[in-house]
Amino acid sequence: MEDDAPVIYGLEFQARALTPQTAETDAIRFLVGTQSLKYDNQIHIIDFDDENNIINKNVLLHQVGEIWHISASPADKGVLATCYNKTSDSRVLACAAVWRMPKELESGNHESPDDSASTAQTLELLCHLDNGAQSSVACVTWEPMGDGKRVISLADNRILLWDLQESSSQAVLAGSAALEGKGQLRFTSGRWGPHHNCTQVATASDTTLRGWDTRSMSQIYCIENAHGQLVRDLDFNPNKQYYLASCGDDCKVKFWDTRNVTEPVKTLEEHSHWVWSVRYNHSHDQLVLTGSSDSRVILSNMVSISSEPFGHLVDDDDISDPEEHQADEKPKEPLRDSVIATYEEHEDSVYAVDWSSADPWLFASLSYDGRLVINRVPRALKYHILL
Amino acid sequence: MAAAAPATGPGLGSGPGEPPEGLEAEAPERRRKAHGMLKLYYGLSEGEAAGRPAGSDPLDPTDLNGAHFDPEVYLDKLRRECPLAQLMDSETDMVRQIRALDSDMQTLVYENYNKFISATDTIRKMKNDFRKMEDEMDRLATNMAVITSFSARISATLQDRHERITKLAGVHALLRKLQFLFELPSRLTTCVERGAYGQAVRYQGRARAVLQQYQHLPSFRAIQDDCQLITARLAQQLRQRFREGGSGAPEQAECVELLLALGEPAEELCEEFLAHARGRLEEELSSLESELGPSPPAPDVLEFTDRGGSGFVGGLCQVAAAYQELFAARGPAGAEKLAVFTRELGGRYFALVERRLAQEQGGSDNSLLVRALDRFHRRLQAPGALLAAAGLAEAATEIVERVARERLGHHLQGLRAAFLGCLTDVRQALAAPRLAGKEGPSLAELLANVASSILSHIKSSLAAVHLFTAKEVSFSNKPYFRGEFCSQGVREGLIVGFIRSMCQTAQSFCDSPGEKGGATPPALLLLLSRLCLDYETATISYILTLTDEQFLVQDQSPVTPVSSLCADARETARRLLTHYVKVQGLVISQMLRKSVETRDWLSTLEPRNVRAVMKRVVEDTTAIDVQVGLLYEEGVRKAQSSDSSKRTFSVYSSSRQQGRYAPSYTPSAPMDTNLLSNIQKLFSERIDVFSPVEFNKVSVLTGIIKISLKTLLECVRLRTFGRFGLQQVQVDCHFLQLYLWRFVADEELVHLLLDEVVASAALRCPDPVPMEPSVVEVICERG
Repeated sequence: MEDDAPVIYGLEFQARALTPQTAETDAIRFLVGTQSLKYDNQIHIIDFDDENNIINKNVLLHQVGEIWHISASPADKGVLATCYNKTSDSRVLACAAVWRMPKELESGNHESPDDSASTAQTLELLCHLDNGAQSSVACVTWEPMGDGKRVISLADNRILLWDLQESSSQAVLAGSAALEGKGQLRFTSGRWGPHHNCTQVATASDTTLRGWDTRSMSQIYCIENAHGQLVRDLDFNPNKQYYLASCGDDCKVKFWDTRNVTEPVKTLEEHSHWVWSVRYNHSHDQLVLTGSSDSRVILSNMVSISSEPFGHLVDDDDISDPEEHQADEKPKEPLRDSVIATYEEHEDSVYAVDWSSADPWLFASLSYDGRLVINRVPRALKYHILL
Repeated sequence: MAAAAPATGPGLGSGPGEPPEGLEAEAPERRRKAHGMLKLYYGLSEGEAAGRPAGSDPLDPTDLNGAHFDPEVYLDKLRRECPLAQLMDSETDMVRQIRALDSDMQTLVYENYNKFISATDTIRKMKNDFRKMEDEMDRLATNMAVITSFSARISATLQDRHERITKLAGVHALLRKLQFLFELPSRLTTCVERGAYGQAVRYQGRARAVLQQYQHLPSFRAIQDDCQLITARLAQQLRQRFREGGSGAPEQAECVELLLALGEPAEELCEEFLAHARGRLEEELSSLESELGPSPPAPDVLEFTDRGGSGFVGGLCQVAAAYQELFAARGPAGAEKLAVFTRELGGRYFALVERRLAQEQGGSDNSLLVRALDRFHRRLQAPGALLAAAGLAEAATEIVERVARERLGHHLQGLRAAFLGCLTDVRQALAAPRLAGKEGPSLAELLANVASSILSHIKSSLAAVHLFTAKEVSFSNKPYFRGEFCSQGVREGLIVGFIRSMCQTAQSFCDSPGEKGGATPPALLLLLSRLCLDYETATISYILTLTDEQFLVQDQSPVTPVSSLCADARETARRLLTHYVKVQGLVISQMLRKSVETRDWLSTLEPRNVRAVMKRVVEDTTAIDVQVGLLYEEGVRKAQSSDSSKRTFSVYSSSRQQGRYAPSYTPSAPMDTNLLSNIQKLFSERIDVFSPVEFNKVSVLTGIIKISLKTLLECVRLRTFGRFGLQQVQVDCHFLQLYLWRFVADEELVHLLLDEVVASAALRCPDPVPMEPSVVEVICERG
């Protein structure tokens, strides 16, 4: 069926930042931030109509600078955070800020007007997440499943925990920690873990992965030399509390059990260049998505280390139905770890991939040339996992 | 002539077909025909005339010379079958033959006339002589009759006296027996005193039955009692002697024999015999054991097995032989007892031998070991034949097999260690500081060294193992050594195992990547890769052919084909080379990345020089090119366009390049950038950065350069450039372009990547004003 075909959307500018609208659980919506040094940067709100295979977009102006990272609040659809660079005569300032989008765009039912940029609306600044001058802000990550009041930003070699107060209009520094060591240490990426009552944050700097406790702002674990070269991204397994995935310049994707920091549980080596982004599917953690500067997106099936190593477990309710039970008793052929599909729609480096927060079978990838591609998990696999 | 003798017999002159004497020159055929007729005449059987030609049937009535010749049939046949001319011919022929026969006959008669006359005379004389002889014979008969009557008379007179003599002789014999009996006790006593037990036992044996029979007579009874007393003493003494055990096995066997003859219970003796034998053999064993004790200066293994063979196995053989001789009558139960005995002691012996052999496992002298095993095995074949039930020979063969297997394992270990040793040597040679002006061994030399040393190790291992299958070794014809040892042990276990483990070791260098600090020097990777490739092309098949020739494999079990090993080696070579590319690419990438990341590109000054790091990159690449060139062939380059050398000058002036990123300078159409660059990309192939490499220099260098330039691109995209920053990138890229194109298979690739770098830098620049191409060229040429 043609609805397995990818849907492609082109932006006018280079782009690196992509996030699903985390708080939205009904509509498929992604936010994309552009990178341009010469023009006003934009945030595109991409609505995907699953039934008609149509993309609707709304454009918000982000005039303060080029966007390196974007993340959406898990609680409030209208709130998002960006990391951006401000360029002013021979100086680059790295900043992070929390914004609110206009009310009517929040839920996306707004009919997109003409494509003309004249109607582009601006974001409302809520607060800055700045703590003195900094040369880079790697990312801002929200407390998952929280009320959207707590964020962590990674600036240079510091990890900053903010409390957003008075309806997010004020950010108060609630804690911080810094990497100590020789050389210019700098965070490249970080994620806030959904486990342990949301008290853990994992960060990547150079070749090292670190875990932090948000209560004490102290280091919990440290995986030295997690990758041969720079670690580019990491993600928590949403269902297994000690598992996380990381990727980096050695073209590998590694899966870790943070209780054993010496050896990865599993290593994937499918990409032919740096892997920039890795994401677990939110519901079916065997599905892992990676994007690389070899312009490919790869969807892998890591059954053996997922929370469902033996396939979908039968719910208790189902057992009451004898016929269905009968069908389930047939030993299903166990899936092996494998690459499900390689997506080659991009022609430039893919810097960001992410799953939709509304539809677990749908994901988007963004390449530097501004091409956003929306793909689906192959139907056969979907049914295999579900049934 | 043979026919002449019977011719003088009763059939005188009756040889009708006999050929005349003068015709000796006639064909032998004719003569044989004549013989046939003679034989027929004398009634000799047909079979004896086998000499006749096969074609002629003696019963053929048409055979003119045959016995059953029927003229009517012959004529009839002639008339029917032959044309007139032939008839005429045969008639003349016949007439001629008849004439010839007639004349022959006449000649014969004339020639033999005199012989007939003298024969008649002789017969007449013989008649007279016979008459005289008849008279003589009659006289002889009467004389004989007289002699007969005399003889009868003499025997009648002697008859009576003969009977008396016979009776007297009987009495004499009886008396001698009685005397023997009466003397028996004293004789026995003296025998026992003298120690001539054998004789005593013989006497006793002779007398026993008689005494038994006549024991109801008081006098005999006394003798019997005496004898029994003495015999008991004798038995006791024998036992004493037996128990003392000082004398050797043969004497003991004698004792036992005597005791048996004395009617001692065999069961008990058998037990006692074995117990004694055990004592002696255990002494042997313990002396052997003391030899292999903890003290290191044990005698070498050959001496040990020799001693074990002659001492223990020899003793065991004697015991077994004596036992079988003595107690053969005991039947299967006795044999079973012996088997148990042998098995137990043999087992202990084997345990000792195995301990000794285990000490030998680490040793390197195979020939000594094989000789020792050979002795051991050979020695045990004899008792093995004697005592099949004990299964000693099987156990010995098993031990030999086990040792052979362990030896194989040992050699495999040795080969592995040798390989690792070679690698360590190479590492040291590579790490050794190069003195100025004095080059260390080149990579090619190192490679040759490694290859030859491994090969010689393999050969020496094969030679050492080959000793096990030598013809003169007693166990080499066992099925294990003819089949499984050769195919599974040597070929699969040793050679294939080694090649596999070599590949694995080599591959392990790929698996411990830069995370552990890049412990493997890249040159080693390169060298190993070439080594594996050489193995794939030639060495593997050479080694396996060598092995198959030396060990004529008779086993039918499947063996690893050469092709799969070659595939293994090739895969290893490929992985190593790919890894080499990665490592070297990483080194250059790191250099480029640091240089891009650490610079403040916004506030940089106008470029006057190519940055030093770029020169360094070119230098390193050249060095790598030289290094790879030592081991790998040049490879195929894509046909270059005629103006390839000029191409560098046109980078920033060609319309294509202009179109590539110029639109981004014009604020009107931001879309065009993407559009154009996308169109551009449609026409260029996707560049696989870490793609597998081929086995040649160009491919390797292409890989390294691809990795480096892609890194440069990604790093540039993460930075923001000022105007002069962009210009510096421009200069650097042009410099790289000037020098790197010559290394790669397709120079278009370098252009493409460098173009993209400059384009990205331009995008990342808020104020992109490119430098004049001519200025760029000037700077690059200067630097």
